[in-house]
Amino acid sequence: MFSFRAEGGEFIPPSSKDFVLPPIFGDNEFTTKPIFLVIFSVIIISIFFIAASRKASIVPSKLQFAGESVYAYVRNDLGKDIIGHEFMRFVPYLFTLFVFILTNNIFGIVPLIQFPTMSRISFAYVLGIITFGVFHYVGIRHHGIFKYIKDILFMPGVPKPVYILLTPIEIATYLIVRPLTISLRLFANMFAGHLLLMIFILGGEHLLQGAIGLKLVSPFAFAFGIAITFFEFLVQCLQAYIFTLLTALYIGGALADEH
Amino acid sequence: MTGTLNLVGYGLAAIGPGLAVGMIFAAYINGVARQPEARSVLQPIAFLGFAMAEALALFGLVLAFVL
Repeated sequence: MFSFRAEGGEFIPPSSKDFVLPPIFGDNEFTTKPIFLVIFSVIIISIFFIAASRKASIVPSKLQFAGESVYAYVRNDLGKDIIGHEFMRFVPYLFTLFVFILTNNIFGIVPLIQFPTMSRISFAYVLGIITFGVFHYVGIRHHGIFKYIKDILFMPGVPKPVYILLTPIEIATYLIVRPLTISLRLFANMFAGHLLLMIFILGGEHLLQGAIGLKLVSPFAFAFGIAITFFEFLVQCLQAYIFTLLTALYIGGALADEH
Repeated sequence: MTGTLNLVGYGLAAIGPGLAVGMIFAAYINGVARQPEARSVLQPIAFLGFAMAEALALFGLVLAFVL
């Protein structure tokens, strides 16, 4: 499994091949580690929020306070401030998205798990496609299909000759760029972060096997690996925030009366 | 010494987004320093701009591995 272990004394840097994990049970491709991580994350999230919302009281317990502050953050800062007065309909989706992405990202630095699910691009694509479907559906329901498409193709309040340039850009933005960038951003951040961690930790381990001078340098590589772990925690929270923020912005844009 | 020139190209390509992220946060800090109560308004805008600029660097990273 750990093919990056150096053989013959030469350091083999980690590459994108190290993200392709073998199936755990037999040859079934649906039993790889990321799939189990997704199921595991759903279980932990459910248990946490069911426990936090049971026996809710006016003076909250610590658990209830923790659960409610996450919810309030998503509802007020991402829902109310960005979508506007119809935000309550979308809070369940935004909240699920935020918590799901956050948990799966943080798996990247939890000891013994240490694999961010979203560093496999298919998971990020699925989230991107769901968001894509949601904001177009909302826009079509709100404006009616013809007005929605007309507003995208011919943005109101623009001089006519500009449409030659603007219409292709708008089509590409709404159909390709938005779902692609939202999922690629999440994927690439998790991928790059995990790669960075592997380089420092495996490099430190490789230095440990070298000459005495190299052995003395190796603790610095490990220390830097730990520092990068904290930095990764920041990036993981930020990416969950940004994915939810962009989803809210797209929904808000689809609901807006003029583009 | 072996390797791929892709990574050199990626290093060069990352200069632009690096400068961009710096400028975005410089503007954000400036704005908050001048008017601290505008912080909550500026924060989503700053992070949105940061995400947009950073995405370019990350696409480069992905392409450096793919190509």
